[in-house]
Amino acid sequence: MSDIVHDDLTESADDHDSHGHHESTGVDNRKLGMWFFLSSEFLFFGTLITNYLLFKGRDFGPGSIYPVEFYDIPFTSISSFVLLMSSLTMVLAHAALVRGDQNQTRTWLAATGMLGLVFVSGQFFEFTEFVNEGLKLTTNPAASAFFLLTGFHGIHVVVGVVLLLSLWGKSVRQPGGLSPEQGLSVELVGLYWHFVDIIWIVIFVVVYLIQ
Amino acid sequence: MATIAPQKIATVFRRPEATTGFWSWITTVDHKKIAVMYGYTAFGFFIVGGIEALLLRIQLAGPDGTFLTAAQYNGLFTTHAVTMIFLFVMPMASAFFNYLLPLMLGARDVAFPRMNAVSYWIFLFGGIFIYSSLFFATNPAPLGGNLPGGALDASPLGSIPNGGWFLYAPNSGTQFSPGTSIDYAALGLQILGIASLISAVNFIVTIFNMRTKGMRLLRMPVFVWMTLIVAFLLLFSLPIIAIALFMLTADRQFGSVFFVASSGGDPILWQNLFWLFGHPEVYILILPAMGMVSEVLPVFSRKPLFGYPAIVFAGGAIAFLGFGVWAHHMFSSDIPTVAQAAFGLSTMTIAIPTGIKIFNWIATIWGGRIRLKTPMLFSLGFVALFVIGGLSGVTHAIVPSDWQQTDTYYIVAHFHYVLFGGAVFGLFSGLYYWFPKLTGRMYNERLGQVHFGLMFLGTNLTFGPMHWLGLQGMVRRTWVYSADTGLGPWNMVVSIGAFIIALSIFVFMVNWTWSKRKGEIAPNDPWDARTLEWTIPSPTPEYNFGVEPTVTALDDFWHQKYDEDDEGRAVRRPEADELVDRLIEANGNPTTEIHLPAPSYFPIIAGFGMMLLAYGIIYHTRPWGIPLIVVGILMLISSLLGWGGEPLEEVHEEHLDGQGDSDHDPGSLDPNQESTPRELAGVED
Amino acid sequence: MSGRQSKRVWRRYALLGLTSLLLAACSEQTLPLNSLDPKGPIAERIDGLFWPVFWIAVIVFFLVQGALLAAILIFRDRNVEGQKEPKQIHGNAVLEVVWTAIPTLILAGIAVPTISAVFDLADCPTGAFEVDIVGHQWWFEYSYPDYDITTANVLVIPTETEVCANMTSDDVLHNFWIPNLNGKRYLVPGSNTELRLNADEPGEYWGQCAEFCGLSHAKMRARVIALDQSDFDLWVEEQQEVPEPPAEGTPEWEGLQVFQQAGCTGCHVLAGVNEPSRQDVTVVAPNLTHFASRSVFAGATLPSGFDPTQEEREAALASWLADPPSIKPGSFMPDLGLTADQIDALIAYLESLE
Ligand code: HEA
Ligand code: HEA
Ligand code: HEC
Ligand code: CUA
Ligand SMILES: [Cu+2]
Repeated sequence: MSDIVHDDLTESADDHDSHGHHESTGVDNRKLGMWFFLSSEFLFFGTLITNYLLFKGRDFGPGSIYPVEFYDIPFTSISSFVLLMSSLTMVLAHAALVRGDQNQTRTWLAATGMLGLVFVSGQFFEFTEFVNEGLKLTTNPAASAFFLLTGFHGIHVVVGVVLLLSLWGKSVRQPGGLSPEQGLSVELVGLYWHFVDIIWIVIFVVVYLIQ
Repeated sequence: MATIAPQKIATVFRRPEATTGFWSWITTVDHKKIAVMYGYTAFGFFIVGGIEALLLRIQLAGPDGTFLTAAQYNGLFTTHAVTMIFLFVMPMASAFFNYLLPLMLGARDVAFPRMNAVSYWIFLFGGIFIYSSLFFATNPAPLGGNLPGGALDASPLGSIPNGGWFLYAPNSGTQFSPGTSIDYAALGLQILGIASLISAVNFIVTIFNMRTKGMRLLRMPVFVWMTLIVAFLLLFSLPIIAIALFMLTADRQFGSVFFVASSGGDPILWQNLFWLFGHPEVYILILPAMGMVSEVLPVFSRKPLFGYPAIVFAGGAIAFLGFGVWAHHMFSSDIPTVAQAAFGLSTMTIAIPTGIKIFNWIATIWGGRIRLKTPMLFSLGFVALFVIGGLSGVTHAIVPSDWQQTDTYYIVAHFHYVLFGGAVFGLFSGLYYWFPKLTGRMYNERLGQVHFGLMFLGTNLTFGPMHWLGLQGMVRRTWVYSADTGLGPWNMVVSIGAFIIALSIFVFMVNWTWSKRKGEIAPNDPWDARTLEWTIPSPTPEYNFGVEPTVTALDDFWHQKYDEDDEGRAVRRPEADELVDRLIEANGNPTTEIHLPAPSYFPIIAGFGMMLLAYGIIYHTRPWGIPLIVVGILMLISSLLGWGGEPLEEVHEEHLDGQGDSDHDPGSLDPNQESTPRELAGVED
Repeated sequence: MSGRQSKRVWRRYALLGLTSLLLAACSEQTLPLNSLDPKGPIAERIDGLFWPVFWIAVIVFFLVQGALLAAILIFRDRNVEGQKEPKQIHGNAVLEVVWTAIPTLILAGIAVPTISAVFDLADCPTGAFEVDIVGHQWWFEYSYPDYDITTANVLVIPTETEVCANMTSDDVLHNFWIPNLNGKRYLVPGSNTELRLNADEPGEYWGQCAEFCGLSHAKMRARVIALDQSDFDLWVEEQQEVPEPPAEGTPEWEGLQVFQQAGCTGCHVLAGVNEPSRQDVTVVAPNLTHFASRSVFAGATLPSGFDPTQEEREAALASWLADPPSIKPGSFMPDLGLTADQIDALIAYLESLE
């Protein structure tokens, strides 16, 4: 990204600042931006989860069915574990990059992306199961809220996978591996990835486990 | 500096090169150009929204009007509100943020110049998307209902979204609004929300990270503070409306039943979600104007802002409290009594920090030397009119009173006083105040004052009687009222007032277009101002500051020009004029290499992709719907990735080393020596 | 006339014009939807809450605007050489405290009566007279659970009685508002809300649906008629009667034939003609059993005016029957393509349904 130019400006200015203190935070723009973006995302998922909790126990008349009745906790536990592991591989990827080990970085990036894909596939499988068994988006508001929540989480995972794979692609294509600039991207994608992961843990606990 | 090895990455497009003309605007990432685009686009929408208001007023001028059909009227008040709020006031404020933030902070650009451009293009295409409903949307009667003459669809102008700006469920559901017009509104607002979210992140990071040396948080101009607060409000309120709109779209397009009462859905949930966003939103609309007023009042009173920390803190308090009052829009809705009482109380508390601001502003001008130039007139008008709207707001907080008032023109009066008398007056104050900065010329003072006079008169004629109309039982969103209600005469006054406002806006447009080209050349520091943006040439050079400034105090620029005598009165330093000239000279002729971010095609592609995606969602059952979605997503992804991979090297090729090389004396400035403006100007401490 | 003088004259006229407008405004207290004209204890309570707050707001208004004007007049730049620059005052902690505290106290003072009124006015007292209100696009349906009466558009209540309206909606949100009697309350599909009504005097009180409810929201009005207890009892008796079928061959009888053949019974219930019992009412359209006893129809928008004559009423009914959607866009009653003769017959019949 182009924003490096500014770091250039401020840094060079700092060099000449004998008092040595510059007021700005010292955190990279992009990292700071990502943090604030994620804080907004927190509310996004907070609203979705609240929404589901509001609807999950309501009475929708005789014969109403609820997502709870369809959960396959062992299955979801496994896919949750997969996602959790992907956070670990993400950490490994970043650590490798810090060490300057481009090969390992590449491997772990790919692994993270693959684990993400596995999770999304599991999610997709779960959805089709539910639909086959009769729980659809259109069934009742609780079902609608369930699909909206998990669906949006799924979309977030997919976006993360796209970002991971594009980084992986770059590290494969570029002879020297990832540049330091792209190293920052790894860190940012990592932040995002961990966030998506944490949100899933919350969803898993609040939506699946606590009934 | 972090040098980046030039990367050879295949890009789909040739790198944009134009620096002037059409393509330079399309690809620009310069915050000032983006600001100008924001400004003109927003103003264009203001005229559109204003014309819509005039149409409403023609219809309502007398009882049983026949100028518009019900469908047209319902559409027009909806788009009027959406346009004024989301396509005029917010983006116009964004124009100011864009233009001024870096200048006031002493920075060369915002933190993410390209994201800034993305944000603009998404906004523009969002606006276009909403208005394309005029041509593409359908608006049949509710299922089972009949339109006059057996028509299947509303009249042409009636195809715009028509659910009211807060799109209350279940009226906005498919059963009661079967056409596509509501989809245009819901997805359009979604798109605009994304644009705002991007700018919010950008502005926050800019403010935290791009401050020049010495610019501590509590030395930032109040306008910057208000920007920061607005950005946080956006950051925390937009996700809520995003979810609500997604739920509505899912209900309408994919058959979910969140708000469908007959399937157990909850229409009141929509209200809670909407206003949980909607009330912070109204402070998003007013705080930028409050920031501008806080800049203008001190300058034209020649006194510092009274109680700077109090005003800053009050802004934060308003924002914070603003998240806890949403249900005051629902006092007559289905909420428990305890909640009514609690929200009545919380609503009242907002008057306290707002009062702090008002009183500090009055104390600012008190004892000053008040120059009644146009920006000042508008700022004073802001204070006068906003107080009226604020006080009627407090009368809504009296819950039982609100049971009478809600959904009447009394409410319409309230929010036009705060929105038009408040936000819009503030924006005009800013437009006049920074006109010389933008254009390098002065506007015509006489015309400016005529504009103010007419607009002040028009505002009170238009929105004043609405209080009375509301209390007399005139309900909002009614396309006709019958003569026997006795509401005719005052409605006529209101309509005349609206045309007086229109006339005043016309005067403004004449003034603007004429002065931009033919106005007197502006002096270097036309207002004897206090903030950094006046230490650089007008119009602002592309790189903003030739020399990175250092500040040592709030209102640093003023303190460089003025001392205080024993009585505490301002005394202009003898060398002040020379100082200003030298600052401007130095800032206009940089000696160091200044790297500017490279222009890019990707922002406009991202914006366009977003729009295609939205069309695709509406028409996903048509054969070309899914392809549209795919193309839209691909455009988004490719611009995201493409722009992440866009090479940076032309930063080095395209650097600017001073515009006026010819008259630039290299001896006067040592590029390697970091100098404060004071030192530059030879001022001793 | 010198310029200065003409300016003064102009000002006087402006002032005159303004005061006369204001006077006109104040004398218009008789407007039918006036929310400042309470006609019952509940509305009075609200009114009694509004005015003190209003006057406090007026005082704050004058103080603030006065200070603003004074500052402008006293401290404006006179553009004279040697005018001293202002003192550079940055703030004053005492003042900050003062102007934080005073509004806080004022608001606290307002809050107390507000909260007590909210709770006092919230729930229907037990034993109140009950009516059910259902909102439809774009008319109100009223029924009296204790009397087995279903009617529309005109709500008849006894005076000096606590009336409790249990409200819900059949489609979208509506908002029932009789300004003289109480504030407004939403009608929410899928849930119930309550609104209290209480009228001191017999009379006709106007109302309007206040929440945007689709195309013809403007034409969803309401009328409340308050009757003395004895009149009210008479009204109940009348409403409970099943109308006699008209004698064969009369215009009314012709009307009944049209009514049965043109499809009206598909939507409307008319006791004695189709299903009379309240439970079986398919509420897609107003119950027409005692149509002629209702002063207004079609969402209380027809006939317009305060005291319409019988001719005006019949003309309005004719225009309604001829083409409902042109009167109420979106209407759920279609244009049935009735001939002029059929309409005349229907009018004769409907107007006989006292
Ligand atoms: C710029 C936008 C803006 C601003 C700043 C405000 C400010 C306030 N608003 Fe307003 N409001 C709107 C925009 C805004 N509003 C809009 C758009 C709607 C309608 C939406 C719709 O339905 O379409 C609305 C509706 C609305 C309602 C719902 C009405 C209804 O639908 O029934 C209420 C209810 O409490 C309310 C209250 C307030 C209050 C208490 C303030 C306070 O912040 C005002 C505080 C200011 C002052 C009080 C004046 C200055 C203070 C002093 C001089 C101190 C001394 C004062 C006292 C001691 C009282 N507003
Ligand atoms: C910032 C917000 C904003 C602004 C600025 C305005 C400005 C105006 N508004 Fe609006 N308004 C709203 C926000 C705003 N409004 C909202 C939120 C609603 C609620 C909608 C809802 O219920 O859903 C509303 C509703 C609303 C209604 C109520 C409709 C109803 O409930 O039935 C009315 C009626 O009079 C009205 C009138 C006006 C008028 C006369 C202006 C004027 O101030 C407009 C003045 C501007 C112009 C007149 C521009 C004209 C300039 C020219 C014409 C120059 C000509 C030159 C060329 C053609 C080249 N507005
Ligand atoms: C498809 C349904 C339908 C049919 C058929 C229908 N109506 Fe209606 N009618 C309505 C609805 C709905 C209303 C209420 C409209 C409103 O006020 O918005 C109404 C209102 C009326 C009213 C006004 C009642 C009142 O108190 O407001 C009259 C009178 C009336 N209809 C007569 C007739 C006659 C006579 C016929 C047959 C020739 C007829 N209707 C056929 C649906 C229907
Ligand atoms: Cu019913 Cu408006
Ligand atoms: Cu609000």
